[in-house]
Amino acid sequence: MSLYNFKKIQVVPSANDFLDIILSKTQRKTPTVVHPNYKISRIRQFYMRKVKFAQDAFEEKFASLLEDFPKVDSIHPFYADLINILYDKDHYKLALGQLNTARHLISSVAKDYVRLLKFADSLFRCKRLKVAALGRMGTIVKRQKDSLAYLEQVRQHLARLPSIDPNTRTLIICGYPNVGKSSFMNKVTRADVDVQPYAFTTKSLFVGHMDYKYLRWQVIDTPGILDHPLEDRNTIEMQSITALAHLRACVMFFIDLSEQCGYSIEDQINLFNSIKPLFANKPTVLVTSKIDSARLEDLSEDNQALVRDILSDSNVEMCQLSSHTEEGVMETRNRACDRLLSTRVEAKMKGQKINDVLNRLHLAQPEKRGDMERLPCIPAAVATRVKYDSNDPKRRRLERDVEEENGGAGVHSVDLHKHYLLRSDDWKYDAIPEIMNGKNVADFVDPQIEEQLEMLEREEERLVKEGFYESDEDEDGDSDSANGMEPTDNARIRRMARKIRDRKALMNVERRLRRSRSSAPMPQKVARRLATGDQLREHLEGLGIDEAISSATARSRSRRPVKRTRSPSRAESMARRDETSVAARAQSVVVARSETGVKNPVQLKQSERLRNVAQRPRNLNGRVGDADRSIISAKPRHLFAGKRKMGKTDRR
Amino acid sequence: MRIEKCYFCSASVYPGHGITFVRNDSKIFRFCRSKCHKNFKMKRAPRKMRWTKAFRRAAGKEMTIDKSLEFEKRRNIPVRYDRELMATTLKAMKRIQEIRAKREDAFYKNRMATSKEFKKEHDLREVQTGIELVGAYTEEAKDAMVAVKNKVAQKQQLVAAAGGHRAAARAKEAAAGADNTMEED
Repeated sequence: MSLYNFKKIQVVPSANDFLDIILSKTQRKTPTVVHPNYKISRIRQFYMRKVKFAQDAFEEKFASLLEDFPKVDSIHPFYADLINILYDKDHYKLALGQLNTARHLISSVAKDYVRLLKFADSLFRCKRLKVAALGRMGTIVKRQKDSLAYLEQVRQHLARLPSIDPNTRTLIICGYPNVGKSSFMNKVTRADVDVQPYAFTTKSLFVGHMDYKYLRWQVIDTPGILDHPLEDRNTIEMQSITALAHLRACVMFFIDLSEQCGYSIEDQINLFNSIKPLFANKPTVLVTSKIDSARLEDLSEDNQALVRDILSDSNVEMCQLSSHTEEGVMETRNRACDRLLSTRVEAKMKGQKINDVLNRLHLAQPEKRGDMERLPCIPAAVATRVKYDSNDPKRRRLERDVEEENGGAGVHSVDLHKHYLLRSDDWKYDAIPEIMNGKNVADFVDPQIEEQLEMLEREEERLVKEGFYESDEDEDGDSDSANGMEPTDNARIRRMARKIRDRKALMNVERRLRRSRSSAPMPQKVARRLATGDQLREHLEGLGIDEAISSATARSRSRRPVKRTRSPSRAESMARRDETSVAARAQSVVVARSETGVKNPVQLKQSERLRNVAQRPRNLNGRVGDADRSIISAKPRHLFAGKRKMGKTDRR
Repeated sequence: MRIEKCYFCSASVYPGHGITFVRNDSKIFRFCRSKCHKNFKMKRAPRKMRWTKAFRRAAGKEMTIDKSLEFEKRRNIPVRYDRELMATTLKAMKRIQEIRAKREDAFYKNRMATSKEFKKEHDLREVQTGIELVGAYTEEAKDAMVAVKNKVAQKQQLVAAAGGHRAAARAKEAAAGADNTMEED
């Protein structure tokens, strides 16, 4: 953006504030605790640090101030002059100079006291020296009270100056007060300048921006100028003069021919002539404003002659406008801009840098090749085409006509097939297959498909001939037994293996079923005793063992083994025991809990009744019984014990 | 309208089916069913999932190199519609499908050929060890046992022949070695 922006200058504090800032900063940023019993070198170092820090802080602050304020000698002469007019260059320079001196004084004070501190022999002396040093620094700053106040005012005013770029494309509007300068400015740019029907409404420079020819233009509205010698001009007028003198811009000198501004045409022409030296080497436009009230042609001969006299100068051009009716406003603007552009280009062409630019430019132009005439090619159909006329009954039929005939928009659907470019027109409305047998037809479409398929067919023939598809299996497959032929060894083995596998699978299933039952498994011993001959026979027959073997086992089970006995009486008793208790006691008898200690069925019945009676109240209440004791969730102790301060019993 | 291929399992995705994911680099992923979509979201590689076409192709379980497979592909060259070309194309599609099925069948059989011997061996062992389970006394079982005996005998013969060869070779080698040592002496 603009090079000259004075808005960023930091605030200049008053002398007292300045001191407060520095002292509090020193207090904040340096150590604060010191004791008399510290080593003297440490105490000295403590206070030296304070003095040095304060000096640094002053230095920094002054340096930033001096740097922020623009230096009159090194800025653009326009701004230098403006500063001179507005703030008095000498005063300004003096104030800055004084600040600079103060800075040096403070640094020398600090240097002196640091040297003295080196010889201080106690905490008290050190402290006094520090106080003295800071006090002297404060005095120096306080002496700068006036210049600091002045600089603060300058800063505030500078920040409000319009940021004018002295080097860009600029239009300067000038003229007597109240001739319509600000009105034109408001019409042309986005600026909003105050317009009032009295002289010196505009008291300072105003900047507005506009776009023309895709460029950014700066328009400067100046306060009105009266026609008197330079020495008599006041500050307001001097600003206009400065702008005119230093900015290389297009000057638009406004003249009010209607004399509504209160100044005669003659006065205005005189002003033009007196400030003419300022327009040298600048494109100048003489703008006659308020043409809604008076035009040049309406004037008296003398006045017309005065104006024309000015225009006789080649550098001056005249435009007429009325901001009220907006007549000629844009034309004036465009004229002024064009003139400025052309002068800027001219100036650039004369400059040193132009060669660098020209070296990089190359304008290519076609050269004529041979004698052949190369005329533009216009197809015959285009050349002879009749211009479309909607009233002509023999006009071309458009898609729109077709639509109207077929029921209008929303009813008619456009025929897109019509314009297809195919080999035969009959094909235009063919339904094109997209999918066949789960395949995309489009993936197979290939102009060379016939040749490709031919190649594939030939390959296929070759493969068939080579016996690629003949399989050598089935020489011992399952099918041969079905054919009535003698099965081969392989087939036999395979069939038997399959049978074995089936059997194994079946056994697996059975085993799984047996495993998964809910009741207690029967002990093998018992199971064997309970097994019947039929089951065994069935099993053996399944295995292909014949009846004879199986019946033999059955017989051996049916007969009681013949045992040798010692004596008839013993044998007798044995036989008796066999029949009763021994047989019953083949295994330990488990009796239910409810039946233990019960002597007979009557007692059993009675105990059952008592039990039911005891259970009755619980059943009636439907409450949980003793057996239903449960801990629903095992909470850790801290959740349900102790004082509850935060949280709840279920989460803490 | 076209039948797309599932990104994950390469199954056909008919219009209106499955789900489409468009990544922010505008690559389109189509999935035939939520199983494939979920597997994709889990960042699984289709080549490592045994049930995908990609795995089967990579593992050599499917025919991948064949002339009949080269007819179906996206050509990305617009071909102007031609009724005759369309007719030939449709005819060709059927024929190509026939040939392809035939070749895939042959491919499968070829692939399975190696396992046949292994299966025979396995059957033999099954019969030898588990004949009691189905009953060794039926006619069928007896026949099978005879067959097993024949087979075993055949095998022994073969082994003996091979062993004989090997023994002979070994003897020859030994003799040669002896000669060598003698020469060295």
